[in-house]
Amino acid sequence: MARDQGIISWKELPLGCAILEPGNAKDLRTGDWRSKRPVTDYEKCIKCGMCYIYCPDMCYIPKDDGLFEWNEYYCKGCGICAHECPKDAITMVEEEK
Amino acid sequence: MARRVGIEVSIAVSEAVKLADVDLIAAYPITPQTHIVEHLSELVADGELDAEFVPVESEHSAMSSCIGSSAAGARTYTATSSQGLALMLEVCYIASSLRLPIVMTIVDRSLSGPLSIWNDHSDLMMERDIGWIQIVALNGQEIFDMTLHSFKIAEDHNVMLPTQVHMDGFTLSHVIEPIEILDKAEVDKFLKPYVSPMSLDPEKPVTIGAVGVPEVYTEGRKAQEEALLNSKDVILRTWKEFGDLFGRYYEPIGTYKADDAEIIFITMGSITETCMSAVDQMRQDGKKVGIAYIRLWRPFPFDELIEAVTKADALVVIDRAISHGGPGGPLASEIKSALYHQAQRPFVNSFIAGLGGRDITINVFKEMVEKTEKTMKKGVEPGYEFIGVKE
Repeated sequence: MARDQGIISWKELPLGCAILEPGNAKDLRTGDWRSKRPVTDYEKCIKCGMCYIYCPDMCYIPKDDGLFEWNEYYCKGCGICAHECPKDAITMVEEEK
Repeated sequence: MARRVGIEVSIAVSEAVKLADVDLIAAYPITPQTHIVEHLSELVADGELDAEFVPVESEHSAMSSCIGSSAAGARTYTATSSQGLALMLEVCYIASSLRLPIVMTIVDRSLSGPLSIWNDHSDLMMERDIGWIQIVALNGQEIFDMTLHSFKIAEDHNVMLPTQVHMDGFTLSHVIEPIEILDKAEVDKFLKPYVSPMSLDPEKPVTIGAVGVPEVYTEGRKAQEEALLNSKDVILRTWKEFGDLFGRYYEPIGTYKADDAEIIFITMGSITETCMSAVDQMRQDGKKVGIAYIRLWRPFPFDELIEAVTKADALVVIDRAISHGGPGGPLASEIKSALYHQAQRPFVNSFIAGLGGRDITINVFKEMVEKTEKTMKKGVEPGYEFIGVKE
C-alpha cells in the first residue's frame, strides 16, 4: 500500500490551497537543503560584513561585538559568503550525515 | 416582465451579463472576439452597466485580470474563443485551482491550422481537463439562461469554481433568434449579489497561489476534484430553481424522442436542433431514432447518460473535435467509458463531423444512421470515421 505522504488532509485544506497564516514561510526549514556549510574563522574575520550583505537568505546576523552569527535553520549552503569574503575567513565544509 | 425579442445571440449574452450586474469584465477586443464584449464595452461606456471594463493586451492578461478581480471578491466575467482561449489556457488552470468563480462565455470555434475561424468543438475539448464547470447551450435562449445560472452556480460557497458556458460560433453567436429577456426584478429574485468567502483583505491577510510541494499538491488536486464532482448537486438545484421561477427547466442530458428509440444520436450544441429535424423525418419513414444531447460536459453526468441510452440498440456519437492519435472523438471516448461497466450496452458508432465550420445537414444524420445499421449487421463495432471527408 502506498504510504500517505501528505502533510494535511485534503478535507482540511483551505479554499484554493490558500495559506491563512501570514508569513508562515519563516517556518520552512530550508537549512536541510544544504550539502555544505560555511564555517567562519573568527581569527581572520575583519567584521567587514560582506557575508551579511551578500547572503541571499539573510542568514548572517550582526552581533554587538561586530562579528556575524550564522543561522543554520535557513542557510542553503550556496557558498556566496565564502566566495565574497575578502579575507578567505569562510570555508565551505561538507555536511556530515 | 420578461420580453420576447428578436436579438443577436451574442448581444443577448451581453444583456444577461448586464442583468447579472457584474463588477468587472476583462477582455482582449480583437478576432476571435465576438459582439459579446464589444456590446458590454458599450454598455459600460454608456453608463448602463456600472462595471470596470479592462481592455487588456492579450487573452493571457484577460484571464490574469479576471483572477485578480475575482480574488478581490468582485463578480467577474470574460468571453473568448478558439486561439484566444488557447493563449488563455495557462491561466485558466490557475483560476480553477484557486477556486475563483469567474464566468466565461466561450464561442466555440476550431483551432488552427489550417487557419480557421469557423465553428467546431476543438476549443471546448481543449478545456476539458482544466477543472472548470463546462455547460453547453443548444440555442440562444439556453445561452441567455445559462449565463445567469453560471454566476449562481460558480459563486455558491459549496462550489467556488470557474464556469464556462459554451455556444457554437456563428451558427449561434452571429444569428438573430427570438429570446425571452428577463427583466432586472426577475433576475434579482434568482441571482443575489456575490459574497466572497475569502476575498483579499488587508485586515485578514492570506497567501493565494503559493507553491504546492509534493506533500501538498496531491491533496490540493483531490480537493479540487471533489469540489467539481460536488458541484453537480448545486447545478441541478440551480436549474430546478430557475425552472420553478421562469418555467424553463434544464437537465444535464436532454432527450428527444429517445424513450422508444432503437438508435440514439449523441450530440452537443446547436447541431442538436438540426438533428431533431432529421429525427422527425426518419420517424416518418418508420425508423425509431432519437437524441440524447449533452448539456453538462464537466462534471460529466454519467448516471443520467446511462439512464438515457442503455435501452437503445445503437448510439451514433457525433464528435466535432478529434483527439489526434487517440481513440477518435473525445465525446465517443467518454460515452464508451461511461458504458464500460454496463452488462448490456448499445453498439457505439463514432463519427467525426462538422469540423471547421462544415455543415452537418439532415442528410448527413440520415447517412450516419444508414452506416450504423450496416455495421450493426456485421456485428463488429467499427472505430471512428470522418464522415463526408473527400478521399
